[in-house]
Amino acid sequence: MRRLLQLISWIALLGTVAPSVLYLAGSMQLPQVKLVMLVSTIAWFVATPFWMGRTPETPSPEDSPATS
Amino acid sequence: MSEEKQASGGEFEREPVPKNALLGFKSFIGMYAGEHCAGTELMIGPLFVAAGVSAFDVVVGLILGNLLAVLSWMFLTAPIATRARLTLYYQLEKICGRKLVTVYNLANGVMFCFLAGAMITVSATALGVWFKFPMPGFADTYPNSVGWVLAVLSVGTLISIVAAYGYNMVAKFANIAAPWMVLVFLAFGIVALRNFIDATGSTISSPGDLWELASTVIWRGAEPLPGKVKFTFWHVTFFAWFCNMAMHIGMSDLSVFRFARKSWYGVATASGMYVGHFMAWLSASMLFAFQLHAAGLIDNGAIRAASEAGTLPAPLPGPLANEACGLAGLLCVIIAGWTTANPTIYRAGLAFQAIVPKTSRFVVTLATGAVATLAGMFPALAMRLLDFVALYGMLLMPMGAVIFVDYWLLKRLGLHSSYAELSGKSFNWAAGLTWFLTLGACFCLVKFAGIEIFFVSLPGWFVAAILYIVLCKFYQNARVATAE
Repeated sequence: MRRLLQLISWIALLGTVAPSVLYLAGSMQLPQVKLVMLVSTIAWFVATPFWMGRTPETPSPEDSPATS
Repeated sequence: MSEEKQASGGEFEREPVPKNALLGFKSFIGMYAGEHCAGTELMIGPLFVAAGVSAFDVVVGLILGNLLAVLSWMFLTAPIATRARLTLYYQLEKICGRKLVTVYNLANGVMFCFLAGAMITVSATALGVWFKFPMPGFADTYPNSVGWVLAVLSVGTLISIVAAYGYNMVAKFANIAAPWMVLVFLAFGIVALRNFIDATGSTISSPGDLWELASTVIWRGAEPLPGKVKFTFWHVTFFAWFCNMAMHIGMSDLSVFRFARKSWYGVATASGMYVGHFMAWLSASMLFAFQLHAAGLIDNGAIRAASEAGTLPAPLPGPLANEACGLAGLLCVIIAGWTTANPTIYRAGLAFQAIVPKTSRFVVTLATGAVATLAGMFPALAMRLLDFVALYGMLLMPMGAVIFVDYWLLKRLGLHSSYAELSGKSFNWAAGLTWFLTLGACFCLVKFAGIEIFFVSLPGWFVAAILYIVLCKFYQNARVATAE
């Protein structure tokens, strides 16, 4: 789940700056730039608090495969 | 390293930081990048355009000025911080005595209040886009509408309450917002660049074409807007260098770098300088430059006519960001102002609480926020932010010189360092007089010698350093003679 949230966050970061680059290149119109940036902003702030600044859970001994 | 530890001196307030609490290089990079991409960058960038900078002056001036700032952190602040490992306040107390440190706290707290006020102003301009109340004009000193007053009051009250109740929560939120904010600032500049290309019909097929656009259209180097000082290469350089003077030459960041394993970690400040004080300033300046261009204010005559007609647009971050990046841009303005006002109000509260230690931190923080909110209602603070920042640095610079001389030179000159601690005195007159006389000298240099406030801290530092040595000779000898 953490990995999925991190992936969403990274995509959101990309979605924050990439539209402006596409606008610069003439591949996107400004209203679309604003919309994609807004969606990316929402995605960033929804996904990121669940993993940033939190240490990943370490598996407990019970979760490890039994060795015998 | 949390903002709270940094702001309050949190742990190890009155002892050197032990080895097991030291932090690695990466801790400082993120901290500085986030801290210097703030709401005030959205005012400072446009004010460069208002000051009539040229492309060469602003680009190369910022490269050089920010480099000097980084070197100041690396070679002035960090070496003392990593050797003494004390907070600024404790270091000052050992040198100056508790009473003089109280005066320092008062001055620092007041300046923090006004700085937070400017950040509240920035956030309040975003509300103007939604609620459509008249926002301050370029030459406004006083609040110009009930809507503006209510907007600042709302934003300031909310920021103050959250700073008093939930400092840590906002600090965590600021860490989350930082990477996103940096990219939104970058997006501002990229969008503005495209807008300029479309408006001028330019074709950019080489760096030379880009530079041509930058130097003839974006940063034309024309007359400054009415009432503004013309910014040259040296203005930009010295502004970028002394913008954070309180922190490097003023030694405030002793409290930060006391946690660094090595003094070369001072280079981490480059993340803040070149992300916030280069990229963010340039991006924000391009937004305002485009606003002027789109309004047809492309020559001195048109600008003068607009000023006389009272139609000169003001560099208001909210509308600028909305025009460029819509709601995401507006959110950036609000969040940038808020996340930086939060620790600023908190630090101001700590500084004042040192003066009234029996009052609860909660009450002091609220009161500090109230003062900052009141200050934020006056647009002059934001519109003259360049001057205010220069004044802030100048005010605290002499104590940085005192710390430098005390640490490196006094013993070599046969004098005592940390004299207040040694003598048990609560007010080191040598340090106090150094501070006040240096400020007097700087005032005279500005008023009578024609040296602008943006430059005066450089000679001021040498005045402070020499004064402290001379006054120590008299003060310490007099105390020894009295004791005998």
